Amino acid sequence: MGCVSAAAPVEVEPEIVPDESTKLAQPWVTIVWNDPVNLMSYVTYVFQKYFGYDKKKAEKLMLEVHEDGKSVVSSGSREEMERDVQAMHEYGLWATMDKQAE
Amino acid sequence: MSAFQRHRRSKRIIATFTGFEADLLRSLAAQLVELLRNEAAVPRDHVDPFEAMMDFSGPETEPDDPVLARLFPTAYPSDPEASAEFRRFTEGALRDGKADAAIAIIDGLEEAGLPSELTEEGLMIDVELDEPDAETWMRSFTDLRLALATRLGVEEGDEAVWAAMPDDDPRAQAHDIYDWVGYLQETLVHALSSR
Repeated sequence: MGCVSAAAPVEVEPEIVPDESTKLAQPWVTIVWNDPVNLMSYVTYVFQKYFGYDKKKAEKLMLEVHEDGKSVVSSGSREEMERDVQAMHEYGLWATMDKQAE
Repeated sequence: MSAFQRHRRSKRIIATFTGFEADLLRSLAAQLVELLRNEAAVPRDHVDPFEAMMDFSGPETEPDDPVLARLFPTAYPSDPEASAEFRRFTEGALRDGKADAAIAIIDGLEEAGLPSELTEEGLMIDVELDEPDAETWMRSFTDLRLALATRLGVEEGDEAVWAAMPDDDPRAQAHDIYDWVGYLQETLVHALSSR
């Protein structure tokens, strides 16, 4: 990296805080439901592989599916959630989508 | 019993099957392919033949077969119209993907030396998969297990029911196969997770 001798203009990045508008822009969720077939290890693997979640988060979501019967695994635009639901169906997980609960 | 593991040096995913096991796995995969290809989600009998030929889009209603209904769930449980639309755009591709994955198992077993008719006794099949192929097998094992479980009516926490069933009950035998594919999948997930 070069050396800056003159004072460079400082650009301040606007701080990004989640507000009402980002909430509105992420109004859909992907829900994975429990089924008696899929292995816990497999479901964890899929959450890590597809969503890029770390093992801890993937296991937490898997346990929610297993123990609570369902878990919200991602949120975003309707198009993004349709892609996620389709991907979950590719992996054989029982997934649906819905509007974000208030 | 055979299991998948990661080869220490080559890092490939390996498993050894008896001829009987490989033949069984091939037959399950072949049945899945047939189911995915044969049953159209919508009965086409009442459709005008010309219209049927011109219709390149996918199905809009849930498949009649319970296995297919489980493999292709309804995406919007409270919105039939959006669900129909989702199905029209996704089910065809999902079916093809699942059929291709099952075919990859059949091809993999045959490339590893499984003859089209199994006659030789004591035949062993060494399967060696790279990571993408191993993932394809893993995904397809889920489809096979979902198909077997749906046909059997497997429910949460019903292990004791199956264990108590007499060995000569065909359902008990089918459940043993379901358990076996589950064991294969479990070892495959672990092999893929280990480096």
